[in-house]
Amino acid sequence: MTKPDFHQFDDIPGTTIFTMEKAREGFALNQFCMSLRKAENRERFLADNRAYLDEWDMTEEQKQAVIDRDFQAMLDHGGNVYFLSKIFASEGLSYVQAVSTMTDMNVEQYQAMMLAGGRNVEGWRSKKERGEA
Amino acid sequence: MARITAGVTTSHVPAVGAAVDMGRTEEPYWKPMFEGYEFSKKWMADHTPDVAIIVYNDHASYFGMEIMPTFAMGIADSFAICDEGYGPRPVPVVEGAPELATHLAASLILDDFDMTVLNVLEVDHGLTVPMSLMFGTPDQWPTKVIPLPVNVVMYPQPSGERCLSLGKAIRRAVQQFDEDLDVQIWGTGGMSHQIQGARAGLINLPWDIQFMDDLINQPEVLQYKPHLEYMIEAGSEGVELIMWLIMRGALGDQVDEVYRFNHVPASNTSVGHLILTPKEI
Ligand SMILES: [Fe+2]
Repeated sequence: MTKPDFHQFDDIPGTTIFTMEKAREGFALNQFCMSLRKAENRERFLADNRAYLDEWDMTEEQKQAVIDRDFQAMLDHGGNVYFLSKIFASEGLSYVQAVSTMTDMNVEQYQAMMLAGGRNVEGWRSKKERGEA
Repeated sequence: MARITAGVTTSHVPAVGAAVDMGRTEEPYWKPMFEGYEFSKKWMADHTPDVAIIVYNDHASYFGMEIMPTFAMGIADSFAICDEGYGPRPVPVVEGAPELATHLAASLILDDFDMTVLNVLEVDHGLTVPMSLMFGTPDQWPTKVIPLPVNVVMYPQPSGERCLSLGKAIRRAVQQFDEDLDVQIWGTGGMSHQIQGARAGLINLPWDIQFMDDLINQPEVLQYKPHLEYMIEAGSEGVELIMWLIMRGALGDQVDEVYRFNHVPASNTSVGHLILTPKEI
C-alpha cells in the first residue's frame, strides 16, 4: 500500500495543498467559515469581526488573518479556499476578486490574464526550477 | 432492466450559476460559453433520462470539517439547495430517486465500495450548475437525481483507480435494477483551474484536451495518474477531474463521442464538456 506523503506537494510554487494534516490545523478556522452560511451569522460577523471571531477556538494568527482578509495567511494556517469563500461571499465579493489578492496582480490585471487564456503552467511547475527552494 | 444510456461531463463553475440566475448569459463575456451548451440542451431534451446520477463535490457547502466522506450517495426523496454564502440559488428543489439510490448504495457497499449513506443532503453549485447548463431554467427539473458527492477537497482524495472501478461497479448495479429506467451518469468539476495562492489563475488547455482524449479512448491509462500530476499540471482544484473517471467507468469499455466543447475562461476555470454514449447498452 501507498504510504501517505503530505509533503509531496511542497515543491509546487504559489500553492498550498489542503491535506488531512493541514485540515487538522485549520479545523476551527474552517468551521468558523462554515458558520457564515447563515445570514444572521454573516450580519454579526460583519458588524464586529473581532467579537465574532472570539467566539471560536482559533489561534490569534488565524483570527488576525481573517480580520486582515489575508487569504494567503489563512491558507498558511490551515484554511481551505472553499471554506474561506464564505468570508468573501459574506461581503459580496466574487472568487476572482478574492483570489486575485493572493497573486502579485491587481484584479484588473488578473482578469486580463484570465481573458488571455489564464496563467501558463510553464515556469510554474517547481519551486526548485524557479530557484525558490 | 435499468441501463446507463449516456455520460455527461462538465465543469461546474459557481459564476456560471450566478450568470444564469442573474440573466447575464447573453453578455459578451458569457455568451460564447453558453453557446457551447446549446447543442447539449437540445440533445438533452431528446434524451432526457429518468434518473441522472450526478458525481460532484461539495465545496464546504453542506459538509463541514466534522465529517468528510470519500464517496457518498444521497438516497432521500428530495435535496434542498444550499446557501453558499450568497443565499441559495433560485433553482428548483432537486428530486431524488430513492428506490434506485437505495439499491445502488446497498449494491456498492456489498461490492466493497464503502459508501456513506445520506438521508439528508443539501446540494451546492457542483450539482446544480451542470443541471442549469443541461436543462436551462425550467420550473421543475425534468429528471430525478442521485447525488454522488466525492471528497476532492482534502488530500488524500480517492485514487484514480478507485474512481474508475467505482464507475464500473455503478454500471453493474444499475443493470441489476429491475425497473425499466434510462439512467445517465454525469461527472462534474474541472478542468484545469487553481483558485488559491500566488499561482492562482493557472490554466492548461493542452493538458485538458489530452485528458479528454484519454478519458474517451484509454481511461485505463488515466487511472494511474497520481494526484500530484493533477495538482501540478491542472492546478490545485483541477484534481476534481478524478470525478470524470467515475462517469467513464460506468459507460463500459467503448464509447462514442456525441459532443465536445472547451472554453477559456469562465471566472478562474477552463471549461470542458463531453457527451458520451456507451457502445454497448
Ligand atoms: Fe468544484
